[in-house]
Amino acid sequence: MDQITRAHVELREMDALAAEDSPVHRLHPLCKLLVTVFYIAAVVSFPKYDFSALAVMVLYPVLLFQAAGIPVGLCFYRLRIVLPLVCAVGLVNPFLDHTPLLRLGGLTVTGGWVSMVTLMMKGVFSLMASFLLIATTPMDSICAALRKLHVPGILVTLLLLTYRYIGVLMEQVAVMTDAYRLRAPGQKGLHISAWGSFLGQLLLRSMDRAEELYGSMQLRGFRGEYHYARLDGLKWKDWVFGAVCLGLFAAARWVNIPALLGSLFVR
Amino acid sequence: MHMADALLAPAVAATMYAASAVTVGASVRTLKKDEATEKLPTMAVTSALVFAGQMINYTIPGTGSSGHLCGGMLLTALLGPQAGFLSMTVILAIQALFFADGGLLALGANCWNMAFYGCFVGYYLLWRPIMTGKLFGRLGMRTKIILASVLGCVITLQLGAFSVVLETSASGITELPFGAFVGVMQPIHLAIGLVEGLITSAVLVFVYEARPELLMDVSAQAGRGRCSLKTTLVILAVVVAIVGGGLSLFASSNPDGLEWSMFGNSEAGYSENMGLDEEDYGVSSGAAEVAGSIQEKTAFLPDYGFAGSDSVVGTSVSGLLGSAIVAAVVAVICMGGGFFRRKKAGAKA
Repeated sequence: MDQITRAHVELREMDALAAEDSPVHRLHPLCKLLVTVFYIAAVVSFPKYDFSALAVMVLYPVLLFQAAGIPVGLCFYRLRIVLPLVCAVGLVNPFLDHTPLLRLGGLTVTGGWVSMVTLMMKGVFSLMASFLLIATTPMDSICAALRKLHVPGILVTLLLLTYRYIGVLMEQVAVMTDAYRLRAPGQKGLHISAWGSFLGQLLLRSMDRAEELYGSMQLRGFRGEYHYARLDGLKWKDWVFGAVCLGLFAAARWVNIPALLGSLFVR
Repeated sequence: MHMADALLAPAVAATMYAASAVTVGASVRTLKKDEATEKLPTMAVTSALVFAGQMINYTIPGTGSSGHLCGGMLLTALLGPQAGFLSMTVILAIQALFFADGGLLALGANCWNMAFYGCFVGYYLLWRPIMTGKLFGRLGMRTKIILASVLGCVITLQLGAFSVVLETSASGITELPFGAFVGVMQPIHLAIGLVEGLITSAVLVFVYEARPELLMDVSAQAGRGRCSLKTTLVILAVVVAIVGGGLSLFASSNPDGLEWSMFGNSEAGYSENMGLDEEDYGVSSGAAEVAGSIQEKTAFLPDYGFAGSDSVVGTSVSGLLGSAIVAAVVAVICMGGGFFRRKKAGAKA
């Protein structure tokens, strides 16, 4: 499978996951969105040597993955995009930061190693949290929640329409790439002679399609605002979920829970 | 060039969100209501196309490696800066949400680094002056398009890469000195920008030949003269030499003074603030005394000598052990969840 087809499959898989039903799926999208943002902000705000305090934060995504009935392993495939950049930045730390932080037997662990591990943990945790959000909340609901947060209507409608069209266009690009590859075997990518025409052709066709689309939308009464599925207000369980989560994040941020746990056994 | 959440401190992320939000607000305001409604489907389809188009591999002749399309410049040439910025924002949001490219918290920074520079700087500083300016009046339209796209991509990518370095350094994430980081990022993105610019210009020239009215600031009649590849290449070579030379001068000039003043002191007082004295770590409360007596009984590791354990309590052995316990709990939760899921699936079947 090439990159485009795989991306298309991934997108449909996410849609399927979001359409399932579980206690996490039933939470209010606005509540999930805000809790996710706070979670990521809390994770990212941990000091660079504090990997042990950070460790406890993994419980939020792991527990919710289980409650939602989604295997945790599913999101790790996506790490291939995030981790290289985080690693590239983090990998130089062990070479530059030689502050000795911890001596385990004869082994001295320097600050660079610790900060690298912390950085990677931050990367993985924030990815898990946003994956959880998107795997349990359909795009329509996220858009409705954004609208409630007073994000401009144009932007939200654009987000929703683009999301709908990405599937169509990825399919077309995949068909075109397949056709091109079959006619040019052994060639890695697009030859320079086709650089302009390949995407250009699709672009022209898509622009025409957009005009037809606008016409048909107008005939159906589109006046610039898409009407979302009605969002109910926040229920008491959403408030409880939000409050408990935020409270726990704050507690984990200010108290090093793993260190306390560990100090029960080590003196 | 997508920043990940982990590379940003919350304060930096919030600042970048604010900057991008203001730009979104200004763009929405500038696009008049009717115009926006009319443009909306075009914007959506174009951004979906750019999204899909960025996954196409373009072979770079003679190298065996491949390049990609530059979204910001293409969108700004087709839709104008405001609509282009909104479309690019939406693309970045979908990439962050569905493909883990970038991050939810880093979205503001990514919008700024890629969409703002690509669309606003690319349009007002390069695309429009080159397309309509008198200075370039004698050049053929194709030459202008190639020049604007290549220059646009190179310069906006340089600005974006520099912002990435600034944001990462300001977040205190990397130990890499500011000057060295800039020295790595800028040349890489110079090469990427050149290739992306050429690919983008190929697409735009194709659109120009088929439907010139689709491009911003391009009149179909003006300057229909044949594009001379030689002229274009000479102009490009001169520009690249100037840009490259300027950048290498900048990169090699000693950045230590600035670096020290900006980041050198950020760690001062850090250990004092974060470090907790192990000796009187909450022993004053009753609960702590109970915990202490439990600890007497449960401790299975003898006293350890830690280097610097009084300055950073987070990385003491107890922290390590606690983390291991958390990891074990996680494993149990996952195994338990998997067990129940299988049971449920079995019951359904």
